[in-house]
Amino acid sequence: MAAAAAAISPVPKDDLERIAKISATIRVIPDFPKPGIMFQDITTLLLDPVAFKDTIDLFVERYKHMNISVVAGVEARGFIFGPPIALAIGAKFVPIRKPKKLPGEVISEEYSLEYGTDKMEMHVGAVQPGDRALVVDDLIATGGTLCAAMKLLERVEAHVVECACVIELAELKGRDRLGEKPLFVLVSST
Amino acid sequence: MSACCNDDPRIHDIKSKIRVVPNFPKPGIMFQDITTLLLDPKTFKNTVDLFVERYKNKNISVVAGIEARGFIFGPPIALAIGAKFVPLRKPRKLPGEVISEEYTLEYGRDCLEMHIGAVEPDERALVVDDLIATGGTLCAAMNLLERAGAEVVECACLIELPDLKGRDRLKGKPLYVLVESH
Repeated sequence: MAAAAAAISPVPKDDLERIAKISATIRVIPDFPKPGIMFQDITTLLLDPVAFKDTIDLFVERYKHMNISVVAGVEARGFIFGPPIALAIGAKFVPIRKPKKLPGEVISEEYSLEYGTDKMEMHVGAVQPGDRALVVDDLIATGGTLCAAMKLLERVEAHVVECACVIELAELKGRDRLGEKPLFVLVSST
Repeated sequence: MSACCNDDPRIHDIKSKIRVVPNFPKPGIMFQDITTLLLDPKTFKNTVDLFVERYKNKNISVVAGIEARGFIFGPPIALAIGAKFVPLRKPRKLPGEVISEEYTLEYGRDCLEMHIGAVEPDERALVVDDLIATGGTLCAAMNLLERAGAEVVECACLIELPDLKGRDRLKGKPLYVLVESH
């Protein structure tokens, strides 16, 4: 896997070292959840306290001076990376969930899957107009989920500053589906 | 005494930020919603700090978090105390080889899974979830860890519903909570 950040601007050597170590902890599981898919498993990253801390630090270093007021994490693996980032930069954390999980009043955004559609929900009142938002998930594939999350935030008039993922599956061109919204990833997998 | 010192000024603030949603997910249930706590960065930080202060010198090597709300509180604790984080998940979510533990619900059964190899024998484990109700899920989580040879040091939750006596279902293991809700 390549360090994705290097393609955009020069990356400090320390960052590259940390990214290389992070990349080495990610486990690829073939044929999950179905034949032909090479699943990028971050649970092995979480078993390495140094790699996990470095992952969070790399995001925190990037965002701590960007005046981010809300970190939105996409269920469920976005719940692992989002909160530590939110805590470190002093932002609120907002979970973006599958239908019928959030107990209060919600807004819903539908998005398409390979076959059919699914929905993401966010609590009404969690995010205010003018909030500067970061959307976090472990991985971007087609970009459908991230796009739905962004739309939820924009519908309540937040400004989505960036989407952040540990891994990008570059072949699936999820980056293009985010339109003009920037995407920041640590490792890019082809 | 289950809750930590009630005169810690942070506890009152934490309790006040939890929203009770009536009749969710079904009539008669008063749902304890922690998402409102997460909207206050200082309160969220205090919540994590209270757990970290308790566990940082207990040689905990693994924090196991129960999907999905245990994923919000477990990782920050793990990061602060230098432990690994292990997600315990609903069936068919974890991609690698797993062990499964079945447990009973009010109607029917459910299952919790953990990756094989995530936890080694003799590791000292903390189990984290947002809330303990009947204790069924926490019990299943403890069983998974013990089957892998780990020692469960304690279970930690923000909220306990003491009337449901979940504490009694933890096989004698200690439970630490920040607030109780009757």
